[in-house]
Amino acid sequence: MYKLLLCIRYLRTKYIALASIISVMLGVATMIVVNSVMAGFASEMRDRLHNFLADIVVESRSTSGIPDSRHQLEVVEKAVGKFVAAMTPTVEIPGMITITDPYSGETYHSQVQIHGIDPKGKALVGPLQDYLDSYNPVIEDGKVIRPPLRKPDDPLGWELTKEAAEYRKEVKELTALQVGMSQPQAGIQSPDFDDSEASPDDNSSADSAATSPAPDSENNAAVPGDLFGPPFAGPGQEIRTDPLPARVYVGEGIISYHVEDPDTGRHKKVNTNNPGDDIILATAKTSRPPEVVNFTATIVDTFRSGMSEYDTSIVLMNIEELQKNRGMIADGRDAITSIHIRLKDYDDAPEVVARLKSAFPAGAVNVRTWEEKQGLLLSAVEVETAILNVLLFLIVAVAGFGILAIFFMIVVEKTRDIGILKSLGASSNGVMTIFLSYGLGLGIVGSSAGVAIGLIFVRYINEIETALSWVTGRKVFDEKIYYFPRIPTLVSPWMLFFVALGAIAIAVLASVLPARRAARLHPVSALRNE
Amino acid sequence: MNDTIKMTTPLIAAEAIAKSYAKGEHKVPVLRGAGLKANRGEFISVIGQSGSGKSTLLHVMGLLDSPDVGEVLLQGQRIDNLNQQARDQLRNHVFGFIFQFYHLLPELTLLENVMAPLMIRYSMLEYWRRRHEIRESAMDMIGRVGLGHRIRHRPSELSGGEMQRGAIARALVGRPEILLADEPTGNLDSVTGGEIMELLNSLNQNNQLTIIMVTHDESIAAQAHRIVRLAQGRIQTVAHEEAA
Repeated sequence: MYKLLLCIRYLRTKYIALASIISVMLGVATMIVVNSVMAGFASEMRDRLHNFLADIVVESRSTSGIPDSRHQLEVVEKAVGKFVAAMTPTVEIPGMITITDPYSGETYHSQVQIHGIDPKGKALVGPLQDYLDSYNPVIEDGKVIRPPLRKPDDPLGWELTKEAAEYRKEVKELTALQVGMSQPQAGIQSPDFDDSEASPDDNSSADSAATSPAPDSENNAAVPGDLFGPPFAGPGQEIRTDPLPARVYVGEGIISYHVEDPDTGRHKKVNTNNPGDDIILATAKTSRPPEVVNFTATIVDTFRSGMSEYDTSIVLMNIEELQKNRGMIADGRDAITSIHIRLKDYDDAPEVVARLKSAFPAGAVNVRTWEEKQGLLLSAVEVETAILNVLLFLIVAVAGFGILAIFFMIVVEKTRDIGILKSLGASSNGVMTIFLSYGLGLGIVGSSAGVAIGLIFVRYINEIETALSWVTGRKVFDEKIYYFPRIPTLVSPWMLFFVALGAIAIAVLASVLPARRAARLHPVSALRNE
Repeated sequence: MNDTIKMTTPLIAAEAIAKSYAKGEHKVPVLRGAGLKANRGEFISVIGQSGSGKSTLLHVMGLLDSPDVGEVLLQGQRIDNLNQQARDQLRNHVFGFIFQFYHLLPELTLLENVMAPLMIRYSMLEYWRRRHEIRESAMDMIGRVGLGHRIRHRPSELSGGEMQRGAIARALVGRPEILLADEPTGNLDSVTGGEIMELLNSLNQNNQLTIIMVTHDESIAAQAHRIVRLAQGRIQTVAHEEAA
């Protein structure tokens, strides 16, 4: 009993020990903040990766794909149908995008991954609609500067928004006027580009327009460009303002860049192209040896998944047009390169993967979960977190040495009291227990305070960030760099538990040596200490 | 010394105690074969100059220190060679200590200080069961030393005399058989010291408490039944005082 009483009294009266509490507290708080932010980043990143990838991806080994998408879907359905919530066939192929600034006429190229998708199917395996610009408001400084262009229940598809169609018409008319003035007789179906570059596109677009595939007919009805009738300012020829058959959603990083406003110091997004503009895509045909195919496509929308790797390199395209351009349709059967599958319960993934592997002919496909597909990126985050934890734990260990030193001091200061206790019959173990439980008490107080501070910090991290940015005059957390509007945090109770437990353990360990020294003090020499 | 040995076994006896302390490479002998016996209810003063070894003798008898040579007997049983746990128990149950500098624990109130030996004696569970009893006996003892109005005070808020009374209450709360007092009045003025001596005398007379008191003050020592003079680690004379 005296042990507890003395331990509590020491805790309450020895303010020097607060110094060691503070170091424990800061260490614990830092660990909690860092872990929460890292976990927040990791989980946010995982979500974004996962959302874009679906749960399981079946990929053909060859980029030419495997023929007959209908049959492949049936194979999947037969093998793992009961686990599958949704699936969608896709064609994924590297390619090159050529972007022409509609006003300056500058042309540049960048390499992209072209994904042929069916937007409705894609939306079933991941939240495509949330990523598309036209379904989301544009927010700047917390204010909505542009409401969503489409309603949430508008069906996903490849038609232009009203705004994009108007913009397209405007640009086309303007270009036609310019071209008409300089080259009155030039063809102006794709006036954005040089004649030599544009000629194959003209053909393909003419073909498509003639054959008029299903999505187009729907589009034509919906495109409001036609409503305006023939342009009054045209040089006598008809200007075609309806979108081309190849339609794309472009990752916003591909057609935009950030500049710093010299006046406000604020980063601003500048679009080089907008929905309604045309771009040229080039990729490989399935023929052997591979031939390059290029075609012009109309930007329907931009997307922002939040993963910059995706947003700067992926172009989502209508799958039929991609298959047609690559020559993947033969005998009325279309080839695909992968199937994205969403499961009812992700816990079934290992079984589904195993079943799918045996359902397809050996060597024909890779079946991977999204985690396996992004393994390196995910493990990089894990390694980073682990290293940070080791470093921060070292800080707490340093705090442990502080406790050790301060405890030795306290033992020296309490030498006489230890003698008194022994003269009253206290055992060496009892004296040791006093100091061990004192260490435990300090650890508990320190880590509780640390947990409290850490949690408050995490809770108000964005406000703190704003305050810090204001004080230092530069943005501490730039959302343009990190891709998050706010600092993501995720507090795991287990993490709290282990951090607190670790800190307490260190405090107790640090008090072992001083406590042993106290226990071994000879009562007489302790009492003689006047 | 023969006449002190009665047919009955003395309550406590230290026999031929030798003890030296290492000071650097040299061994400094403090006690060279000192012996002391006390019967139940006796009040003995040990007098000697500083460095005569009187405190060491007291510490050896109270099991705070162990002798190099010699034995300490409690009712004829050797106790100086017991294991640590048994020695701790004996210190708690049989001996009560008071010191020149009172040695109250500064973090605890007077009441808590007085309760400390009983807190040490009982496990936490046992203490919880007996907490009322323990508190009452502590209050009772504080009342007997006349500090009933000071129980919530810290030692730093008490006067020297009050602290020594508190220390006596603490030494006696566990109902020890032997009170070992190391210069109990050494730090007090003569009036306060006289009060403390009165208290000790009354405890000795009324409660048959055996007291062994170390002092260097002849007039204080004279109040005991018997004075043992210690010089250079040996007993010089045993002066008899008629028991009043």
